[in-house]
Amino acid sequence: MRRLLFDPINLAASGFALSLLVAWQLLADAHVISPIFFPSPARTIEVLRYRAFDGSLWVSLASTALRMVTGWMLASAIGIAVGAAIGSSRIAGALLNPTLEFIRPLPASAVIPVAVLFLGLSNAMSLTVVAFGAVWPVLLASVHGFSSVSPQLTDVSHVLGFKRRDFIRKVALPSALPDIVAGLRVSLALALILTVVTEMQSSLPGLGWDIFFAQRSYRSADLYAGLVLLALLGFSANHLILFFERRALRWRNASTQ
Amino acid sequence: MRRLLLGAIIPVLFLVVWEAASRTGLLTLETLSRPSEIFAGGYGALRDGSLLLATLQTCETALLGLVIAAVIGVAVGTILGLMPTAERVAGPTIEALRPIPAIAFMPLSLMMFGFGVGLEASIVAYACIWPILIVTIASVRAIEGRLLEVATVLELSLWKRVTKIVLPAAFERINVGLRVAAAISLVVAVTVEIVLNPRGLGYHLVLAQQSLRVGLMWAQLFWLCLLGFVLNLMLSRVGSGSALIWRSL
Repeated sequence: MRRLLFDPINLAASGFALSLLVAWQLLADAHVISPIFFPSPARTIEVLRYRAFDGSLWVSLASTALRMVTGWMLASAIGIAVGAAIGSSRIAGALLNPTLEFIRPLPASAVIPVAVLFLGLSNAMSLTVVAFGAVWPVLLASVHGFSSVSPQLTDVSHVLGFKRRDFIRKVALPSALPDIVAGLRVSLALALILTVVTEMQSSLPGLGWDIFFAQRSYRSADLYAGLVLLALLGFSANHLILFFERRALRWRNASTQ
Repeated sequence: MRRLLLGAIIPVLFLVVWEAASRTGLLTLETLSRPSEIFAGGYGALRDGSLLLATLQTCETALLGLVIAAVIGVAVGTILGLMPTAERVAGPTIEALRPIPAIAFMPLSLMMFGFGVGLEASIVAYACIWPILIVTIASVRAIEGRLLEVATVLELSLWKRVTKIVLPAAFERINVGLRVAAAISLVVAVTVEIVLNPRGLGYHLVLAQQSLRVGLMWAQLFWLCLLGFVLNLMLSRVGSGSALIWRSL
């Protein structure tokens, strides 16, 4: 660990990022770049510190994270279930595929007006939009995972006389899991984007709204603080799934080695 | 043929039940309209040209953003791909910027450009840069070492080395990144219009919803579906087609 930390490349990488920030700070201090568009990093850090102490930062962060995770879980449940149906039954595939293929390229945010009409400017609206947008990667991954169960495994479960439910639970699902987890990761990134969009669109409390409001009141340091928090949220969510992926799929790597 | 029939069952059933339910008063017209009115709304918007104008506005902005992203992404990606050390140094900074949803930059971009093409194109460009950049780095990295040795033996200048050897060799794989980015560009452009920018398809969609012209709103939604569908179809065709053209040169 220590050797990794002091690796010259890593030092250079942090140096590069740091020097960008320092250059920004110096340029902002010298009023070379407009403080309205590019407030100095020190001011952004100041805002972050202030908001961390008065607690408003945690409230926004928590409500955005909660909305993102809830929508994502909805999308995952639907995506895996429908994907399993399409992937393991040819009739379900023939029935559903054309419709899904037609809806899939629709920009997820385009359902916002429709969702607003049905559900108003509410949390339910936000969750619906997030779930709709985030469902596709999981769905596709799970269709692929369930339809590419190796024939040997299918034969074995025939021989063992597995019922359909047992086959899905004991053979198909574990075999599709690596694909599904990869889809889940893409979905989570999409869920964050749509959470921010719906917060901006319908004034729901959270980071998206914070950023929007900061701009409306021309407090650009607040705006950057919101961006930093969003980056942190996206980055840690992604790495959390990567970590889970490595642990949960350890059996798979072990069996191939 | 049988597949086509099976696939048509759900949409047709859906439309029939929808129309029937709204005629018998089971569904309220404020939210769901009915298929016949949606067709009427869509036909009207097509005839007076507003739908096509909005489509044009959305597509041109998406394209502009995509082109900006392609130029920057391929240029920076080629440099970083050729210099592994630089890539490792800049890598963490890129990884820190990448997870920020492009949409979150909208307020900032609004302050800088005001409403209009600049706002939308800049957001599209930010969203599209990442797939292009990452694919370019990977595909430049994957160029066969022998090709680069040839360039060294021929004592090509850096510019010639890039234009004659590196880019043609990496083109096919960069193309994949460009296709991913093209799909993203339409989605992002529509999103910006829905949330903020008063032009294009997204804005007209919100406008129709807010003025309770529900039939028109649904018609625009289906139009968007169709647009995305055609774009995807074109991308898969053009993608493989241009790869073949390049092979035959």
